[in-house]
Amino acid sequence: MKASRYLHLAIAGATALAGHVAWAQSQGADRTLSVVAPWEISNVDPSKAGYVFTRLEIAETLMSVNNAGVLAGGLAASWETSPDQLKWRFKLRPGAKFHDGTPVTAEAAVKSLERALTQPGVLRSANIKKISAAPGNVVVELDKPFAPLLAYLAHSSTQILAPASYGTDGSVKTVIGSGPYKISKLQIPQRLDTERFAQYDGKAPAIEKVSYLAASRGETRGMLAESGKADLVFTHDAVAIDRLKGKSSVQFHTISMPRTVSLKVNAGLPKFADVRVRQALSLAMDREGIAKAILREPTAQATQIFPPSLGDWHVKGLKPLEHNLAQARELLKAAGWQPDASGILHKDGQPFKATMRTFSDRPELPRVATALQAQLRQVGIDAAVAIVNSSEIPAGHADGTLELAVVARSYALVPDPIATLQQDYGPKGGDWGAMGWSSPQLLGALDSLISGSDEKARPQLRSTITSVLQTELPVIPIAWIQQTSSSSARIANLSFDPYETSYRISQLVWK
Amino acid sequence: MFRILFSAGLRVLTQAGFVAVVVGVLSFFLTRSLPGDAAFRIAAGRYGYDNVNAASAAAVRAELGLDLPAWQQLLTWVGDLASFRLGQSMVSGESVFEHLAPTLGATLHLSLAAWVLAVVLGVVLGTIAEVRRGWIAHVIDKVCTVLRGSPPFLIGLLLMLGLAVHLKWLPVAGYGDTENVVLPALTLALALCGGIAQVVRSRLEQVLASDAFEFAQIKGLPLGAALWRHAAPAVALPTLAYSGVQLILLIEGVVVVETLFAWPGVGHALVHSVVERDVPVIQGAALLMGLLFVVLNTLVDTAVKLLDPRQREGNGAVASEGEFA
Repeated sequence: MKASRYLHLAIAGATALAGHVAWAQSQGADRTLSVVAPWEISNVDPSKAGYVFTRLEIAETLMSVNNAGVLAGGLAASWETSPDQLKWRFKLRPGAKFHDGTPVTAEAAVKSLERALTQPGVLRSANIKKISAAPGNVVVELDKPFAPLLAYLAHSSTQILAPASYGTDGSVKTVIGSGPYKISKLQIPQRLDTERFAQYDGKAPAIEKVSYLAASRGETRGMLAESGKADLVFTHDAVAIDRLKGKSSVQFHTISMPRTVSLKVNAGLPKFADVRVRQALSLAMDREGIAKAILREPTAQATQIFPPSLGDWHVKGLKPLEHNLAQARELLKAAGWQPDASGILHKDGQPFKATMRTFSDRPELPRVATALQAQLRQVGIDAAVAIVNSSEIPAGHADGTLELAVVARSYALVPDPIATLQQDYGPKGGDWGAMGWSSPQLLGALDSLISGSDEKARPQLRSTITSVLQTELPVIPIAWIQQTSSSSARIANLSFDPYETSYRISQLVWK
Repeated sequence: MFRILFSAGLRVLTQAGFVAVVVGVLSFFLTRSLPGDAAFRIAAGRYGYDNVNAASAAAVRAELGLDLPAWQQLLTWVGDLASFRLGQSMVSGESVFEHLAPTLGATLHLSLAAWVLAVVLGVVLGTIAEVRRGWIAHVIDKVCTVLRGSPPFLIGLLLMLGLAVHLKWLPVAGYGDTENVVLPALTLALALCGGIAQVVRSRLEQVLASDAFEFAQIKGLPLGAALWRHAAPAVALPTLAYSGVQLILLIEGVVVVETLFAWPGVGHALVHSVVERDVPVIQGAALLMGLLFVVLNTLVDTAVKLLDPRQREGNGAVASEGEFA
């Protein structure tokens, strides 16, 4: 009898606890926008996790991307370049203030940019000679013309912080930006709370408070979205997509991203040096199957390296990459590969074996790699899959041990694919791009684009690059990544930046 | 009493010193034996995989002196440790102590909540099963067996689905608000309480069958009072001792549960530092978890000694509870 009293007590206690929690939630839910993403806030240093602070509109860069996906002014109100394109002058927004109340000065901007130059990051490859301050202006001098400079100045590592953000040793101690939101609480590496910055010189945002949570597991993010407690959740596992789409309380969004899943091939190895072999690898790929079964998004199937969302670079009339096993076998035969009794190809007594490295930071990559393994086996190639740390790919590129790698390469390191191309297809290839392969035709086109040829020639140059990559296949495109996200029914006016420079929270409104 | 506390203090110091050296040296060599180039890994941890390339890896290698021979790197760490410094994180650059101090607080918060909840649940379930017997005991037994065999990851997912997604009583995950601790603590508690309930039940079975307990009821004590006065002290000792042993499960579970619930504790930091090959943080986190275990274990042992009249030397008391076995 008495035991049942204890049981009742326990039940009463649990109910009280649940009641308290529900009460606390109703109190706590006073219009705080809850954002969930997989990216942890590892550090306050702009060169490391700077993207968290720009995406949440805490810190600003000189340039930004507008809703049409076009480069526009950020902290820079206007800009001009000298006729020889060696000197750029950026005029700052005159009313801009840092979150500590001090005005945004050219000196502060120069200090932030100079620090970005000392850290590994994109700015180092922008031919910069000198950055200096003139009243209200930031002046950037170049060694030689660099047409994509504006896009580089939209990269999160170039964010402008107040002088008070830096410690005596020059390292960043706290993020004092100039954006519409300021940090109210930062708990590294998991949580970041922000609130409206009253002295922001632009339009005051409708959302008053934001709470960002880094949840590295896909299951956790999926359930946060499903529970309706999270207003914006970024990056869902492919397996959760169908379940979330069926929920009436959750709106599901898919946006094409400038990121392509591809097979990086070591064309320096004799077996992959022959372009016919690389074309055969491409013909052996069932991209439709991979897009449907693994990515759960039929439109993700890549027909060329750049997705249609990169309008300037995606070539419409280009012959799409196809799936054709008979043609693949023919090409391999022409390249001297003969199948043995078990179906594995041989040449000069050597079997066609290769190890395909991939990593699990993006959960779909290992699945794509195992699908490819089976598809390559159909044409007689014995591929092994090694799931490694992402860094094993650039490391294998550097020491030459890499054979094949399934990677997801972003063409939006800065809001212009040229930054990625410059890194990936230089004369010596690139850590995430070509290996043992280069093309004078592509290099020429790339150089002309970087040094700023006249506007009319640019579409032709871009199309040359895309076509060379399509024929030569130093990197074989497999699928175009789709960014998956979900939102709650509480918010409206939602839009997404395919370059992921901002979550555009300042444009959201409560319903 | 003083002697027990003194010997506990001495023991915790010796154990802590031993754990510090063994854990530090082991994690150092284990991390070094992992395949792959540490400079590339650390660069990936620092700048994200899109930005790792030979240039950033070279910058990392030069900055951190990764080319130094292993024994020199280890000696630096031991020297630092001897002066109570844990070194600097290779990824974030901040001191390991500053990096881990907040995570230790988060882990202590979670594990204490989980442990208390586990003991309460275990005692309640075990007592109900033994006192009520019948079908309810049968159900509790089965549930306890299933819980003991379930990985915390699975329990956590099921709790998220049930209590957070469907019933909406609790937040799915997160950190910083009071209610955030409930689900991860409950997950760990459920994983632990099965064993505790079984210990409570089997001990209670002995107590209830004893002549002394029968006499207590014959002389007119109601069941509740008899349980409280005569059974509780006898059950408390083995329960406490057993739950102390289970601390190791708790510390193991913390690693998985923290990642699942986005709880920024030591386990979470450990997982990340292993991926990023951040050796000083791995050593620091493993060390903290090891020391945490030593301290908690000593606390439990001392509590057991203080509670057990047979071990409380010098006061000559032989309590009747001790006779039940």
